[in-house]
Amino acid sequence: MILTRRRALVGGLAAGAGGLLAGCDAVQGTDIGRKLLLSGEPATQALQRALIDRTALAPEFSADQRSPIFRANGTRNPNTPTYNASLAQNFADWRIRIDGLVARPVDLSLADLRAMPARTQITRHDCVEGWSAIGKWSGPRLGPILERAGLQQRARYIVFHCADRFGTRPYYESIDLVDAFHPQTILAWVLNDRVLSVPNGAPVRLRVERQLGYKHAKYIERIEAVPSLAGIGGGKGGYWEDVADYEWYAGI
Amino acid sequence: MMQTVYRHRLTTRLWHAINAVAIVILLGSGLMILNAHPQLYWGRFGANFDQPWFRVAWLFEAGRVPGWLTIPQTYNLALARRWHLLFALVLGFALLAYMVASLVNRHFQRDLRVRRGDLAPRTLWADLRAHLALRFHDPDHPGAYNVLQKLSYVSVIFVALPLVILTGLTMSPGLNAAWPWLLDLFGGRQSARSIHFIAAVWLGGFTIVHLALVILAGVGNELRSIITGWWRVPEEDR
Repeated sequence: MILTRRRALVGGLAAGAGGLLAGCDAVQGTDIGRKLLLSGEPATQALQRALIDRTALAPEFSADQRSPIFRANGTRNPNTPTYNASLAQNFADWRIRIDGLVARPVDLSLADLRAMPARTQITRHDCVEGWSAIGKWSGPRLGPILERAGLQQRARYIVFHCADRFGTRPYYESIDLVDAFHPQTILAWVLNDRVLSVPNGAPVRLRVERQLGYKHAKYIERIEAVPSLAGIGGGKGGYWEDVADYEWYAGI
Repeated sequence: MMQTVYRHRLTTRLWHAINAVAIVILLGSGLMILNAHPQLYWGRFGANFDQPWFRVAWLFEAGRVPGWLTIPQTYNLALARRWHLLFALVLGFALLAYMVASLVNRHFQRDLRVRRGDLAPRTLWADLRAHLALRFHDPDHPGAYNVLQKLSYVSVIFVALPLVILTGLTMSPGLNAAWPWLLDLFGGRQSARSIHFIAAVWLGGFTIVHLALVILAGVGNELRSIITGWWRVPEEDR
């Protein structure tokens, strides 16, 4: 009698834990559950922004602390006719258009970009999946480039439009002005002392070192200053944010 | 005559209720996050070309933790992160509040302090034998925790939980900029990820043993005491 009751209770506890696991699937399917679930991101963002000085630097490493092989992920080759044509001539015709809420829209060629003073940093790249790789990046800082274009008062976010497509959807990402003007936020065209390779985002990718890998847009062809993220893509500020509920603020 | 004691304060019961939910959600969503890159490394970096010390494939042939153990039950890294990072805040701030409350109301000092003599081999041996004989309470002080109980609670509250929280924070590229010393403390982000996993296994193991002992000690009585605070002294102890 006691044994059966005990067994029933053990079974009950196990089922309770299992039910909680399965119940989570039910909760995230409801409107209220979803809202609750998504409330973690603004809380994390507010806490991190309060704790982290806006100019605090991501850790930098020495050359011998780098990963032997720097893993590439996401799009490894945009492989569109336009991209391939540009690649065939070593991106001589590649232009990065800087527009939106700026006083003076600019078209930057790779030669322009390479002529600018560069910042070199050995940093850790953290993929949302959990792996990390350490590499040495060089390129001009984004902040002075935006200043040159003359950011308007109403600009709140910087959007990076990319040449790679997922199906028909173009990859894009966005950051706010805190990260845009951070000293380590650069438009990298060099990785580990070599011109950036196609799998890693040639000719230019973003480095925004205090956030996860998917924020580091590759194959950048346009940089747009906007007042809000609402009108762009699915409105959540990035390809993965739109299609799969990844956090826009990826500092954790 | 039935003898009852007020065993758990409101703060302890509240914290326990929060943890009962948070720990299960964090373990389940954590296992799903592990599925996104089912390997663990030591050091600052670690990815596919580097040497892992642990692969999920060693435990599960499919190379992933099965869906009945994960949140969500089918592969979804984004939602697993949403669950994990929301309840990580719950777990962290609840622990902080509980620690402050338990210092102020002297729960730690009175009930959990490991006293001189508690760690003597003879005491530990006697307590272990009592556990194996399913005797969990000192007849003279039925409301007090025994030595093994104290040690497991103390190690979870002051070691495993702080460890799992701090290693979790160490994985944040944002917080790395504010508190780089965390990386030095744990030997790099991938080491922190490994220690996070080990501490989570510790907490999972604690939960299983804890539930088993609750069942052996009498589910009804133990459940009532963690919900209402009142615990009935078992017959054989009086």
